[in-house]
Amino acid sequence: MADKQREISVSEFFAKNRHLLGFDNPRKALLTTIKEAVDNSLDACEEAGILPEILVEVHQLEEDRFRVVIEDNGPGIVKAQVPNIFGKLLYGSKFHSRRQSRGQQGIGISAAGLYGQMTTGKGPIIVSKIKRGKAHCFQIQMDSTKNKPVITRDDEVPDWHLKHGTRFEITIEARYQRGKGSVDDYIKQTAVSNPHAKFTYQAPVDKEEPRVYEATVTDVPDRADEIKPHPYGVELGELMKMLRVTNSRWLSGFLQEEFCRVGPKVAKEIIAKAKLGERSYPSRIAREEADALYRAIQDTKISSPPTTCLSPIGEDRIREGLMKECDADFYAVATRPPAVYRGNPFQIEVGIAWSKPGDDRLDVDDKGRIRKVKKKKGAFDTEDLLGNADEPVRLLRYANRVPLLSQQSGCGFTKAVISTAWKNYGLSQSKGAMPVGSAAILIHMASVWVPFTSEAKEAIAPYNEILKEVKLALQEAGRKLGVHIRKNKRVASEFEKRSYIEKYLPHVGIGLQEILGISNEEREDLVNTLHESMESTRKI
Amino acid sequence: MAAKKKVTKKVAKKVAKKKATAKESAQAASMRRAARAEVDQARADLRKVALDSIQEVATEVYKTGNAGGLPQMTMPQRNLANVTYDPKRGYFEMKGNLKTRTLDVNSVKTFAQTLRLMSLAKEMVSDEDFATKREAYYVSKNWGDAKFNEQRESDTVLDDIEGMFSIKDVTRETLRFVPEEHGGSVVGALTVIDRDPETLEEIRSDCAAMGSGAYTVPSSVDHLGFETTAKFVIAIETGGMFQRLNHHRYWRTANCILVEMGGVPTRATRRFVRRLADDLKLPIYAFVDCDPYGVCNIYRTLKVGSGSSAHVNRKFCVPTATFLGVTPDDIEEFGLMDATHPLLPVDIKRAKDALKNDPFFQAHPKWKKALNKMLKMGVRAEQQAFAKWGLNFVIEEYLPRKLRETKKFLP
Repeated sequence: MADKQREISVSEFFAKNRHLLGFDNPRKALLTTIKEAVDNSLDACEEAGILPEILVEVHQLEEDRFRVVIEDNGPGIVKAQVPNIFGKLLYGSKFHSRRQSRGQQGIGISAAGLYGQMTTGKGPIIVSKIKRGKAHCFQIQMDSTKNKPVITRDDEVPDWHLKHGTRFEITIEARYQRGKGSVDDYIKQTAVSNPHAKFTYQAPVDKEEPRVYEATVTDVPDRADEIKPHPYGVELGELMKMLRVTNSRWLSGFLQEEFCRVGPKVAKEIIAKAKLGERSYPSRIAREEADALYRAIQDTKISSPPTTCLSPIGEDRIREGLMKECDADFYAVATRPPAVYRGNPFQIEVGIAWSKPGDDRLDVDDKGRIRKVKKKKGAFDTEDLLGNADEPVRLLRYANRVPLLSQQSGCGFTKAVISTAWKNYGLSQSKGAMPVGSAAILIHMASVWVPFTSEAKEAIAPYNEILKEVKLALQEAGRKLGVHIRKNKRVASEFEKRSYIEKYLPHVGIGLQEILGISNEEREDLVNTLHESMESTRKI
Repeated sequence: MAAKKKVTKKVAKKVAKKKATAKESAQAASMRRAARAEVDQARADLRKVALDSIQEVATEVYKTGNAGGLPQMTMPQRNLANVTYDPKRGYFEMKGNLKTRTLDVNSVKTFAQTLRLMSLAKEMVSDEDFATKREAYYVSKNWGDAKFNEQRESDTVLDDIEGMFSIKDVTRETLRFVPEEHGGSVVGALTVIDRDPETLEEIRSDCAAMGSGAYTVPSSVDHLGFETTAKFVIAIETGGMFQRLNHHRYWRTANCILVEMGGVPTRATRRFVRRLADDLKLPIYAFVDCDPYGVCNIYRTLKVGSGSSAHVNRKFCVPTATFLGVTPDDIEEFGLMDATHPLLPVDIKRAKDALKNDPFFQAHPKWKKALNKMLKMGVRAEQQAFAKWGLNFVIEEYLPRKLRETKKFLP
């Protein structure tokens, strides 16, 4: 037995557990591959302060073989880093930094490469160019036992069409199908949450023109700051590790340097509570009194982490994004102030797009007259974002601007939507179910660390702090929606009542004409005057 | 000579007779002319009042509307809450609570329909025509959007119009709307004097000479004349009992007039009986089922009128009427307990409602007692229940016994 024990490489682990990373089936594999690449592209562009222009192409080669191309105008990647970024799992810049970004662990894109290699035998081809460098083209194979990239091709590309950027191309086994949770859906939802980015998407459908989602905002979102961990968010094991590896010689210094929101006063309080000396060696504590220190941290009042590390989408952009991609009658947006779960700052934003059932819209003019207005149809290709009036509302879930497309039922956001009383806001809802109506609810969580339920990043863990914030945001936007729906209903019933005037008032004129023998003109004048008087006494 | 004389005499007699006939017919003709002139004058007066009233209401609406205001129509409220009852006056009187209908989105349909029906009334008054309620309903079918969907709707509007004009002393009959329902049947020692609508010739109907049939009360009775030798009038609820009494010529035996009401008496029947009471000074006895409907609806309406027609009660009820039977006491006295049926929930509700809200029953302790007794017994008895003791028990025993003590009749 003993001689059979040996190390397992991450790549091998992935090869056997691909579902954990979102490659459970061919259809999902296609989506995950594109998603990981697009996420990286957006992150890279924003990091460099560039307005993203992203090209996504999907080409069908055989029944179940697809070539996927994702190209961005990002800053490009230094030549030496390319093989590691795309060919080594758990390699990346984001895992250790406490800053809001789309990617987290450094698994995604290399996992996509590994998946392609496993299903088709071909590794990814990467072309990248930095501003002051030459474009290089790599083809990479992965050694899954050693988790190391093997470069099979390394050419210089003389005239690449972009000044800077990265192109990722891979052939994978996949299946293309439209509908909920499809690549199309993902691109569209990404366009909603990133109104500053331009997407060009070529679907693997014959003779279909590439779809272009234009950017409607011209400034790059503010770059989020990087922060040190907050004491509340650190678990005992991690605290011990930090104590071991720190450069600080004193405990007090360690606390102040390694954590945010800890000054001399707070450090003193924590140390006193743990019954330790301010000048103790951190590495000694790691062995002996770490537990006491951990408890002392939990007992001490420490202010919340700074929120400059968060980059919410912003109310205007959410509204802009929804208006761009949803043909609705009403939009409501709500933003919560930043909050904290387990020491991680986060912020919740909510947007609702609601469309009046039926074909006509009623508008009230300054004089209080109500008119019927025909709805514009077909201006948007959005049937899929707003459902019918008798269907559950569409829930658009986002974490750090990335749409979450599957596992809706297992997501904390869904739980929060269901536990909100939508009847108060004019939507019907049966117990324990999503509200019903022609509407889309967008929920975005911005955080330095989003608590996904799995590495496939499909659902958010239902922490109480998060649920509470989401609910509060939903209620705030819901109230605005409720006001609008109620007004809409009032206007509709008022319109119906007023239609009686037009229907029956002429008969008042006829009756009077028959009795009094007045002329047709006098009758018309009377009816018009009465109509005016009746309309002017109505209020909405 | 003698023969000749005789002949001459005969001729002379004949001539004289002829002369007399001529004289008579001349007299009759002038009387007819006078009658016709009188009738014409009366009709013209009524017509003028009606037309003026319609004109007045319409002008008011037109003026207010043209001035930029919202026109209103005012009419009495038609319900029990708007009537008072004073036993000395004898009928339900309107308290004078008015309802005002202002033109707005909710009332515009009714408003239009009211004006259009008023226009119809104007046309009928001018043309001396008339329309039944049903016909008025069908006339509206030509009005497009403003048409009535059910006769109930047009009846309500007609009642409102009637109420509105009653304030100006114009009746529904004057507006030329006549009720659909025919009046009740009448038999007995009564001669009704009517006129031919075309020739205005006098027509005498002997209600004792109707064979197995009966005289039918016309929809308008104010022009009728009466002659009688009868001592009293019995107003009967059901056609069955009326036929039994008629078949056995009870009216001859008892020297009375029998009137069949057929449920709640129509206005014409009420007015007819009222005239028998007023003109002929006859006592009126009501003979109805012993149940809340017979007492609280049929008898109450006959005697004091109803809440919904409060504006016409003064003429359309019979305050002198008294209640012959069937009383709750009769059930015990005539051993009818095993010929009864239990009161239904609607019956109980009706009786309790009458005790609580009806000014008539509140004014008469005897009635309160009787209704409470009925509720306590929990049963109702029909007129026909006497058949338990034999088909003609009612003629041979019940009526004679009751009529011996008319003073004891319930008020």
